[in-house]
Amino acid sequence: MSTTTTRDATRPVPAEAPAAGPRGGVRGSTLSFWLFTGPFLAGLVVFVYVPIGWSAYLSFFEARYTVTPDKFIGFDNYALMLTNGDFTGSLVTFTVFAAIIVPVTWALSLGLALMVHRLRFMKAFFRSVFFLPTACSFVAASLIWKMSIFSGVRFGLMNTVLGWFGVENTAWLADPDPPWYWLVIVTVRLWLQAGFYMILFLAALQNIPPVLYEAAAIDGARPGWQTFRHITLPQLRATSTAVVLLLLVAAYQAFDEFFNLLAKSTWGRPPLVELYYTALGDDQDYGAGSAGAVILTLLICMVTLLQGRFLGFGRGDDSR
Amino acid sequence: MPAPSSSTWDRRSVLRAAAGLAALGPLAACGGDTGREGGGGSGKSLVQYFHAYGEAGTQEAIKRYAKAYDEARVTTQWITGTNFESKLFSALLTDDAPDVFEFHPQLQLIRSGQVAPLDDIIDPVKADFNPADIASHTVDGKVYGVRMIDDPQFFYYRKSLLEKAGLGVPRSLDELAEAAAALTTDKVKGLFIGNSMVSTNHALVWAAGADQLDDRNRIAYHTDDVAAALKVYRRMFTSGHLLLDAPADYWDPSALVQGLTAIQWCGMWAMPVMQKALGDDLGIFPFPPAAPGAKPAVYNGGWSMFVNAKGEDVDLAKDYVKWLWIDQKEYQEDWALGYGFHIPPRTSIAESATELKSGLPAEAVKLFTDYGRFDNISWTQAMITAFEEVVANAVRKGTDPEKALDAADEKVGRELEKLFA
Repeated sequence: MSTTTTRDATRPVPAEAPAAGPRGGVRGSTLSFWLFTGPFLAGLVVFVYVPIGWSAYLSFFEARYTVTPDKFIGFDNYALMLTNGDFTGSLVTFTVFAAIIVPVTWALSLGLALMVHRLRFMKAFFRSVFFLPTACSFVAASLIWKMSIFSGVRFGLMNTVLGWFGVENTAWLADPDPPWYWLVIVTVRLWLQAGFYMILFLAALQNIPPVLYEAAAIDGARPGWQTFRHITLPQLRATSTAVVLLLLVAAYQAFDEFFNLLAKSTWGRPPLVELYYTALGDDQDYGAGSAGAVILTLLICMVTLLQGRFLGFGRGDDSR
Repeated sequence: MPAPSSSTWDRRSVLRAAAGLAALGPLAACGGDTGREGGGGSGKSLVQYFHAYGEAGTQEAIKRYAKAYDEARVTTQWITGTNFESKLFSALLTDDAPDVFEFHPQLQLIRSGQVAPLDDIIDPVKADFNPADIASHTVDGKVYGVRMIDDPQFFYYRKSLLEKAGLGVPRSLDELAEAAAALTTDKVKGLFIGNSMVSTNHALVWAAGADQLDDRNRIAYHTDDVAAALKVYRRMFTSGHLLLDAPADYWDPSALVQGLTAIQWCGMWAMPVMQKALGDDLGIFPFPPAAPGAKPAVYNGGWSMFVNAKGEDVDLAKDYVKWLWIDQKEYQEDWALGYGFHIPPRTSIAESATELKSGLPAEAVKLFTDYGRFDNISWTQAMITAFEEVVANAVRKGTDPEKALDAADEKVGRELEKLFA
């Protein structure tokens, strides 16, 4: 899905729009419009807008163990969620998570892309190797991280390696102090997603006109850091912005690794996990869960609007 | 419009088409298998939910029983993962809800009209059931759910390791903590009470002389002794004497069998595997008293069959439950004793179960009768979760137990208010 949304961003030079030919006429194009968008619009309405509306409706009712409630309670669910330390805490968790994972993935995938881009041979091989983890599911990867790499027993991979240096066995996930669980969560996501963003950077790198580098060299720019800083990085601006936004969205949607790695904890729960436990977990409180979802939606709308202001993303001018 | 020549199918457009198809995938999945297609001899069908039992052969057994039922085609959903209850709860709200499902007796399912009373099928054999199993499923004189198996949970230990350390069986929670310390070596941890340390929650409260709720359904777990017991847990957690983040959790015999720990909290179901692996080097003891004057504690868990009162054909579902879990004694016996060990709730089956008559299984049955306590139907899943958070906070995170218990009081209080106000 994300491939379709980022395709334009990875192509810094906007394609010339082909001159519209006189085929079909207005009626034909209206029909094609509905033919092509109709199924997606219907899906959007049925699977996105109706649930959102239903969720907003539920948030004003006491809806426990039911999604067709009849007891109207006004803003009680909102008051409950806003005074609920777990929910507000989950927003902090998300912020911490995003603050770590977004820059780290950005830097790592850019680094990988730069390295693969410079390869003279076996380029396709390394490109595939780094991209492959993207095909792995978060659940499967989480289980491998939990049971094999970061297992707390003496034969867990990390504990074995650290044992060679005389470090005592560590319970990576059970003990929140020190919070080693962040290491597990961040590394699993890094492994899974870095390759995908590397491909985006790679595509953008290949689109940088070589003449720019030649011109820079003639002007006396030293290869390496100076060229990277003044030619490559600015040329990657559109892609970088897109990658950061996509990473933020992905971080916000993070669920699987938190859910699978941290069982029966009260910490390390980003908003979606927290709401899952409220609405779909043992509590089955769909009213409170929906209220939380509505609060989140409002927050996301605000952040998106602010982001548009500051980053100028989607303004349509030559935002490279 | 001219047909695209083959040369326009470059890599990019093929990828684009593939992405489009991939985007359609989730829509197609919506029409997926609900388990209701087809049909048996009579064309009727039922769906049953089971959590994934760990013992080999259990899934095949349940499917084999279901296949022998003539009145309908019964589809089994074998729910893997650790969160059976939330998967069950959310499934119950949908059209694909199971007609019958296994769970524990919990009041909110009855108050919301989710499960059907089963007096008409249980009454004829009521006297043959363990009275405690009937009592734990009874609300306002009606019985909801048929007990399939009783699963006492207690500590297993390696006799040789305790002997080597010169230790007897722990007689108090403090002694258990000391034993864990004495038994810990660089290869073996002293004690395993589960990765999230919540599996002993019932026993911990009882051994501290308290209870989840009192007779009038008020909070009874918030006592000084429970707080003190939580502090002992915290001490053990930080001491490095506990096995933590093990690949298999407490319900699996692996930790003890593989020599990762000397003592492990587990259930009777794991006994055959442990005995096979360890032979005579295996003993059991109840959760030791955690307060002066308190009794040792054993948690009599187990699973019961419930009928979804909002299902499509409640009478058929009831008939299936009656057929399998009341009439087919052969299957019930096979289910209780053929894979892991469970105590059959039917007295007539339990009495003829030679497997449980001698040795360690007989000791377990004695713990079950002497110290075992059953689920309180008023202690619902939300309250169970609230107390699990107490352990997460007070034991693993290091919050003051009093504060953690106060937070639970608020959550449990809200549940009690909703159920009994």
